[in-house]
Amino acid sequence: MHGLINRSIQCFVQDTYGAPAWRRVAEAAGVGPEGFEALLSYEDALTERVLDALQAYLDKPRDMVLEDLGTYLVSHPTREGLRRLLRFGGETFLEFLHSLDDLAGRARLAVPELDLPELTLVAHDGGRFTLVSAWHMPWAAPLVMGVLRAMADDYGALVLLEPETGAPEHIMITLLDSRFAEGRAFALGRA
Amino acid sequence: MRVPASDGRVIGLSGRALDRLMPMHLWLNPAGRIVHAGRKVRKLGGGALAGRPMEEVLEVRKPRPVRSLAELLLLDGQRLEVRLTAAPDLRFKGQAVSLPAGGGAVLDLSLGLSVVEAVSRFDLTLQDFAPTDLAVEMLYLVEAKTAVMEEYKRLNRRLNGARIDAEERAVTDTLTGLRNRRAMDGALAQMVAAARPFGLMHLDLDHFKQVNDSLGHAAGDHVLQEVGRILLEETRTADTVSRVGGDEFLVLFDGLADAARLTAIARRIIARLERPMPFDGTLCRVSASIGATLSIFYDRPDAERVLRDADAALYASKHKGRAEVSLARGGN
Repeated sequence: MHGLINRSIQCFVQDTYGAPAWRRVAEAAGVGPEGFEALLSYEDALTERVLDALQAYLDKPRDMVLEDLGTYLVSHPTREGLRRLLRFGGETFLEFLHSLDDLAGRARLAVPELDLPELTLVAHDGGRFTLVSAWHMPWAAPLVMGVLRAMADDYGALVLLEPETGAPEHIMITLLDSRFAEGRAFALGRA
Repeated sequence: MRVPASDGRVIGLSGRALDRLMPMHLWLNPAGRIVHAGRKVRKLGGGALAGRPMEEVLEVRKPRPVRSLAELLLLDGQRLEVRLTAAPDLRFKGQAVSLPAGGGAVLDLSLGLSVVEAVSRFDLTLQDFAPTDLAVEMLYLVEAKTAVMEEYKRLNRRLNGARIDAEERAVTDTLTGLRNRRAMDGALAQMVAAARPFGLMHLDLDHFKQVNDSLGHAAGDHVLQEVGRILLEETRTADTVSRVGGDEFLVLFDGLADAARLTAIARRIIARLERPMPFDGTLCRVSASIGATLSIFYDRPDAERVLRDADAALYASKHKGRAEVSLARGGN
């Protein structure tokens, strides 16, 4: 697993639940006191152990932990960079949804060894979509769901997101109102 | 059905369609005045441009300066470098094509590398770029690369700190904080390579075993630390003081070429080491034997030879009784 993802999990735990929480999780998972380095690679099994330790520590189901992580990644004040990169996807939430097919490719442009979930958006009638994720880890969908929830807020769109029963890698999206709220400001150029 | 070749056929596009395909185009009439300007050029060019003469709004610099529409048309299809009067520091790429039947020209511009600066200064949005324009991907890349480079810099700083720590540990004797054998070998090799004069002192404690045996290792460690402190006090920062064995020390004196001084320093060190050292309510008593030599005793000093001679001189001191100083006279 790429260090960026492991490092994100570490920052999520530290920023949301505090440094002592991270120390407990790291200890239980066998992560050294120096924590994760964003630019190194780690074994997938280590990431699994961290998530196991985290869900045990928080006493929450894995999917809920991952969704919170996804939301944190784009909405926490220290994570402004990722939010901005995602906003490059489009002017509206609809355009953003369609840009998700490019997400993994864009990430590879910046960091060639970074392997993000391959996403495919399938449009149905009436503002309904299915987002299909494919990844080498089985937990892409809940993570992406958290990201989508936060990005909908960011654009000021009102959406309904549900996991598809029987298809754990599918997310059902219903776009109810793309201009529901003001949304957060975004300028192409950095202030 | 056969599709006729497109060459020579003319299509009509509305201003809106042109705007969408080329948000940075200028449509010029046969007199060289602007008929219509794309949305992005209007943003960059400072508002309404229609009706104004081309040379008032922009300047074509390459491949050669252009003063009229006729001159621009001679460059039909070539790669142009263009500046806008409203933003003369930004360099644009451009190309012009002539319109049919002497109807003027269309000049299309691109931000090129000025894109990063321009989006901030003119508050451009995604709508200012045609969906086929790769400029947005470039902005995205610039921002992503900047973030990645920041991470690399952070990693580098951390690794560099760790390297400096490791290097320091690799040349330090942990008990006394003095240099170790490896550091001494390095310092001596440097001195020899630079052909600087130096003095070398090999010191071995007397009665140290008794302190260790009767008062314990903690007392022994305390004595070694005290010896280290005294050696540092009796030398200068340019000198190298090292512990190279249990109770053996090597001191390298930078620039020393005076046998009498070397002997005097050695005697002073012994005198100080012989003062009883208080430890845990008792007094530890040690002394030292010293063998020393000077690089000036040798035609061509050699690290191994100098070390061997200092060691032999130390052996001679031990042989003479305790607390002695012997000088190896070298010779080739």
